[in-house]
Amino acid sequence: MESTIVKSINYNAYFGDNHVVKNVNIEIPKNNVIAVMGPSGCGKTTFLRGINRMHELIPGATAKGQIMLNNEDVMEMHPIFVRLKIGMVFQRPNPFPNLSIYDNVIAGYKLNGIKLPKAEKDRIVEHSLTRVALWNEVKDSLTKKGSFLSGGQQQRLCIARAVAMEPEVLLFDEPTSALDPISTSTVETLFHELKKNYTLIIVTHNMQQAARVSDKTAFFYMGELVEYDDTKKMFTNPTDIRTQNYITGRFS
Amino acid sequence: METSVDNDLITRPDLTTGRVIASTKIQEDVKGIKRVKRSHRQIRAENVFRRTLVIVALTMVVLVLGIMLTLVVQSIPSIKSAGLGFLWGKTWDPVKDVFGVYPFLLGTILTSFMALIISIPFSFAVGIFLGEYYPKGWVSNILKNTVELIAAVPSVIYGFWGLAVLVPLVRGFETKIGVDPVGLGIFTSSLILAVMIIPYAASLGRSMIQMVPSNLKEAAYSLGATRWEVIRSVILPYTRSGLFAGIMLSLGRALGETMAVTMVIGNTSLIPKNIFSPGNTMASVIANEFTEADHPVYLSALIELGLVLFVVTVVINMIGKRLIKGFSNE
Amino acid sequence: MNNTLVKYRIGKSIGFQALTILLSVACVLPLIFILVYIIQAGITKINWHFITNLPKPVGEIGGGIANALVGSIIIIACASLMAVPFGILCGIYLSENKTSKLAYWSRLCVDILQGVPSIVIGIIAYFWLVKPLGGFSALSGSVALGIMMLPIIVRSTEETLKLLPDTLREAAFALGLPFHRVILKVIVPCGISGILSGVMLSIARITGETAPLLFTAFGNPYLSTNVLKPMQSLPLLIFNYATSPYNEWHDLAWGASCILLIWVLLLNIFTKLITRKWKVQL
Repeated sequence: MESTIVKSINYNAYFGDNHVVKNVNIEIPKNNVIAVMGPSGCGKTTFLRGINRMHELIPGATAKGQIMLNNEDVMEMHPIFVRLKIGMVFQRPNPFPNLSIYDNVIAGYKLNGIKLPKAEKDRIVEHSLTRVALWNEVKDSLTKKGSFLSGGQQQRLCIARAVAMEPEVLLFDEPTSALDPISTSTVETLFHELKKNYTLIIVTHNMQQAARVSDKTAFFYMGELVEYDDTKKMFTNPTDIRTQNYITGRFS
Repeated sequence: METSVDNDLITRPDLTTGRVIASTKIQEDVKGIKRVKRSHRQIRAENVFRRTLVIVALTMVVLVLGIMLTLVVQSIPSIKSAGLGFLWGKTWDPVKDVFGVYPFLLGTILTSFMALIISIPFSFAVGIFLGEYYPKGWVSNILKNTVELIAAVPSVIYGFWGLAVLVPLVRGFETKIGVDPVGLGIFTSSLILAVMIIPYAASLGRSMIQMVPSNLKEAAYSLGATRWEVIRSVILPYTRSGLFAGIMLSLGRALGETMAVTMVIGNTSLIPKNIFSPGNTMASVIANEFTEADHPVYLSALIELGLVLFVVTVVINMIGKRLIKGFSNE
Repeated sequence: MNNTLVKYRIGKSIGFQALTILLSVACVLPLIFILVYIIQAGITKINWHFITNLPKPVGEIGGGIANALVGSIIIIACASLMAVPFGILCGIYLSENKTSKLAYWSRLCVDILQGVPSIVIGIIAYFWLVKPLGGFSALSGSVALGIMMLPIIVRSTEETLKLLPDTLREAAFALGLPFHRVILKVIVPCGISGILSGVMLSIARITGETAPLLFTAFGNPYLSTNVLKPMQSLPLLIFNYATSPYNEWHDLAWGASCILLIWVLLLNIFTKLITRKWKVQL
């Protein structure tokens, strides 16, 4: 039996009076890749951002309910603590443009003022970049700024930056929608490796991607979690009619 | 994609599944405690920072309120003694305690508006040159930088040059046309002021003109319009409020200009007879007489003048800014 | 549409373009003339003696502007020390809070401040500092100049930071950075070139300002470094000596004008170079 690492209990999210995520209850097992799918505006991104308390950064945004990370309620913790344990990778690659590749990887430590001995920093940088299969490509240009990297490489740099913090969970918000097909497949291969050490929750627009990379899939529609099951079952024999309509392309 | 085996990793069995997990988590746990302690400090620092930002923004408001309050409070003695007659009193005689500022209002209006009228053709020419004819390239850069330089030269230098070069020239001109050859006066001030305010309307005009959407211009071109006709019938009407805002900003600058005007205007409290007479503006009379004001009502009268100047310039500037905001929201 | 009419219209268009070019060039001429004249008149007066000596009383030849040079530097430095941190913090607040009520009023006040004539600010500094302290002082002059610097610094900081993409903030927050580190360690460094150019422009602006100093710093024939006493500054010296009836003092004023002009021009050029060099490629 797999242990649950993230569990949301009656989680609701609002933009002002707009109720965008409705009563979501979901249990996410450790070291799995969970795909979160749904049509535009269904609340999947809002739910994802709620997990690491990024949702409340938007003025007027509020949330209710509980999200348990192991045995602690993320909603009760100070957001900084949450984000040290749950990392996020965004849709558009966003490495810090004023930092070198090396500094970008350890940005989580450096910018937080956490001082590490050089040997330790080197180890973290090499380790994280290896984890995202970027080490061989950039090991000779670590002191350069990352603007010369391709989109796919920049995104992998962002994943390395998140991984360097040794989080327990990694959240991905449509991580390959801004990338070309080759970079996309490189990143997707990464998911397979990353899940050995982390739990991945990936919001994706791309059904084929969800089918390719995930162990379980959650289908959101109009703010509600409509169906949540093993990916294989979801795509071959969905229970809810709305899921079926989405998968067969009746609406997107 | 191959996984590399990291020899530094610590392996331990996961206590629930029995699977062997390679992770650096044990080392990280110690680091984690350090991280937590540091984060507590940072949360407090975060609040201090947020509060500081609010205080700073509040202080800005308090500063401006303080400025207005000081001006009003210090003007009260003068308001009490002269009343509204202050504004249309034609005599300014500190010795007799008679303070009417009409001559200075007249001087200000004459110099500023004359300067505007002289400078507008040039400002617009530069605006159209940089906005429409040569928006890019080395020619554009040279003109743009030069015009910006005009605004960078300190006004005291304009004043000194005006005193040394312009005044004798104007004196010669006045002899020729049979006017009192003083050289100093409203006309000379307007000339210098005109040069100084060119950059304001020019740079605003340039940005407004560049913002005209090209599909509007193309529509006119496709109907066979010449370039001048496109400018006249598409660009200028479209940027009308923006150009007017530029004029407001130039006017605001002219009204508040002190040093260059003080040095060439002649500094007299008499009502100017014609544009070649010497005179005074609100700003120049304050500059000249502030340190000589020996009794409270005199000083208060100068402050009241400052208050009038303040209100007028701020209003004109705000009109200009509102127009610009309205334009960019379209 | 007959040919002659079209030709006439085209002619008009070309004529207008020629007029525009003519007027634009004509604009530039007075400036070039002024620059050349000042440099010519002043450059001969400048030598080591000029820079290091104090002005001599009327009737004696020689003399220099050392007190004005030192005074200008001190007054500008004090003004910057006060205005730069304050202005940048205010700009940060405004860029982070686009819609709050305080932001609205604060922004409005910055706009109002930008339009206030420099002489009025001098009046304010007089009542806030000169009267309570019992005399003219360099400090009051610095405060007046500092107030004038604020709108420029606040605006350029706010505009620069607003241009930075949201993804930058999000990436920083997602790494667990607290608010003050997101701003100070990520946002501000990425916008440093714009912020710096605003600071330098404000310094260039106040370097040449005279009116606010007329009854605050007031001027001083001696070299003073005491900020609580009157101090001479370059533009003040130029004003006083240029309007005096003594030819020797006129000479001093020309030399001083030349130095002031070159100083201000160099600051402006320097600003443009720095902005380009430090711009972060987003």
